Amino acid sequence: MSLRNAFRAATAVTLITAGGAFADTITIATVNNGDMIRMQGLTDDFTAKTGHNVEWVTLEENVLRQRVTTDITTKGGSFDIMTIGMYETPIWGANGWLVPLDNLSAEYDVDDILPAMAGGLSHDGTLYAAPFYGESSMIMYRTDLMEAAGMDMPKAPTWEFIAKAAAAMTDRDNEINGICLRGKAGWGEGGAFITAMSNSFGARWFDMDWNAQFDTQPWADTLNFFKGMMDASGPAGYATNGFNENLSLFNQGKCGMWIDATVAASFVTGKDSTVADHVGFALAPDTGLGKRSNWLWAWALAIPAGTQKQDAALQFIEWSTSKDYIELVASKEGWANVPPGARTSLYENPNYQAVPFAQMTLDSILSADPNNSTVEPSPYVGVQFAAIPEFAGIATDVSQEFSAAYAGQQTVEEALAKAQALTNDAMEAAGYK
Amino acid sequence: MARSVTSQRKAINTAVAWAVGLLIFFPILWTILTSFKTEAQAINDPPLFLFFDWTLENYTVVQERSNYMRFLWNSVFIAGGSTILGVMIAIPAAWSMAFVPSKRTKDILLWMLSTKMLPAVGVLYPIYLIFIQFGLLDSRLGLVIVLMLINLPIIVWMLYTYFREIPGEILEAARMDGATLREEILYVLTPMAIPGIASTLLLNFILAWNEAFWTLNLTAAKAAPLTAFIASYSSPEGLFYAKLSAASTMAIAPILVLGWFSQKQLVRGLTFGAVK
Repeated sequence: MSLRNAFRAATAVTLITAGGAFADTITIATVNNGDMIRMQGLTDDFTAKTGHNVEWVTLEENVLRQRVTTDITTKGGSFDIMTIGMYETPIWGANGWLVPLDNLSAEYDVDDILPAMAGGLSHDGTLYAAPFYGESSMIMYRTDLMEAAGMDMPKAPTWEFIAKAAAAMTDRDNEINGICLRGKAGWGEGGAFITAMSNSFGARWFDMDWNAQFDTQPWADTLNFFKGMMDASGPAGYATNGFNENLSLFNQGKCGMWIDATVAASFVTGKDSTVADHVGFALAPDTGLGKRSNWLWAWALAIPAGTQKQDAALQFIEWSTSKDYIELVASKEGWANVPPGARTSLYENPNYQAVPFAQMTLDSILSADPNNSTVEPSPYVGVQFAAIPEFAGIATDVSQEFSAAYAGQQTVEEALAKAQALTNDAMEAAGYK
Repeated sequence: MARSVTSQRKAINTAVAWAVGLLIFFPILWTILTSFKTEAQAINDPPLFLFFDWTLENYTVVQERSNYMRFLWNSVFIAGGSTILGVMIAIPAAWSMAFVPSKRTKDILLWMLSTKMLPAVGVLYPIYLIFIQFGLLDSRLGLVIVLMLINLPIIVWMLYTYFREIPGEILEAARMDGATLREEILYVLTPMAIPGIASTLLLNFILAWNEAFWTLNLTAAKAAPLTAFIASYSSPEGLFYAKLSAASTMAIAPILVLGWFSQKQLVRGLTFGAVK
């Protein structure tokens, strides 16, 4: 018997005599944001309950996406749990790359997951990832500046009102921009914003035959409105501003309004914000066509099909996305810091209802429908994206053309013409047409 | 008059050199300064240069959140291992190219360098699959091999350049005195090329230390070096610039210190010539 086999036998005997119970070490790939970091700090609770240890691999969002995609497509088995979003989950689930989460325990109460989240993280009715937190987008605005401008923010404003309010709040001498929005290239940055905005103007990425639609009037209206409003009332260099740049401007009191992820609400009302006491919330704007301009997203935990530690991974997912975990975070960090947007019961909790942005977050999430996001019918699922593998690459190229138009390097018409051509070329090459 | 012109030119040259040096160093200085700010101060507009409330909070948070020593040890092992292994392979290769060249030597040198022109992502999947086959994913050994291979062309080129400066007659004399090939390389060639070998070692250690594509893509939790440590503090959704700066400062500190203490050796090696 070789030394290795002897060791294996000794280990097996030890495990059997210990009653069969043994601890695994699972490796989790995740992103760096406040909620995920908080979860890492609370992992001891999971270890105490299950005996399993956790190794964290924290990466920047785009690096993580590339890293886990490489691993799952090659069945590398580097990770036992992956943090993925609403874009990847249905595609990877359909490819059989993820373990279906169809055997969650009764205590977990899977029906408590917000229907919009469960729908976006499923394929053919099967849940493939459990939402750790969910988000939509909404308006965060300065109540003091709005009052000074002599205007009242409706709960559900139109884009026309937003443009007027932005112009009224803009005070260049005091470095106050009426509105701050994402213009940065990237499908998850400015691309996500303009796609969600375009839904409210009646635009769509593709018709039912997968033909690009950038040559239609709704897209021209969307981009012209965005550029006109931002040139008049937005910050200098908005074409390169993303989430972090706008958060920084808003927290320093340099934005009258900011339309972005609902998770930002806790940042603009937190200790690093100089305007925390003067922030109000409203639904993302519309144009009266029946669709608002808010998106829907979730960071969710999924188990890659190649893992050897499926049981431990499932236990971790049940722990980290449970009602008990929310209670645990609330007891240590306060209700404003619990992961939002995943469970219905959270919004029924009186403690959470007292958080100023809780109801608006829920209303925003509920008003986004990934299965019916456009005014005209479209063949894809997703609000700020189309859940097809080719979308990320195409949308990144398209958003670069749009950003160039915002920066004045080309006209809106030129940007749309280029977007139309490159999208049709890519879709043809991918075999959709 | 001539002396005054020379002094003036010297002063201008010195000023330009300092300006360029400061310009190159400024991003590092700014990172270090930001690491001592709060997150709110880090994004302040106008930016705060020196007059802010200095804090060590970011370093405390980074220390609590990450096992810095494990990342550091992985970096030292991977950068050191790949550099030493690379030099061990490159010395005989460079010797043969410098002292017994064939008609294809220059083509081989150019071909070796051309492998550096291929974007790394182009071979990510093949290498990833090989790593899975050999069980090398998330292992220090795997990264030592990969980084050695990607830096090998540079090591061979550098050593080849240094060796070419050494007169072949010296090695010929050693051979005539009965030295074997091993003795010729070890006891005659290597001592004469020490400055060149040292600068090659240093430069490649720095290159391997800073390598961020393979070290991020081929590691997970066990073998991740300091590049992964930095990446874990980068976020497009949340302001963590001060913490990211603290992590970056901790990651570059060892290599900065090494570079500072070995700068004479580095410069000497880069301007090396056996016979002046």
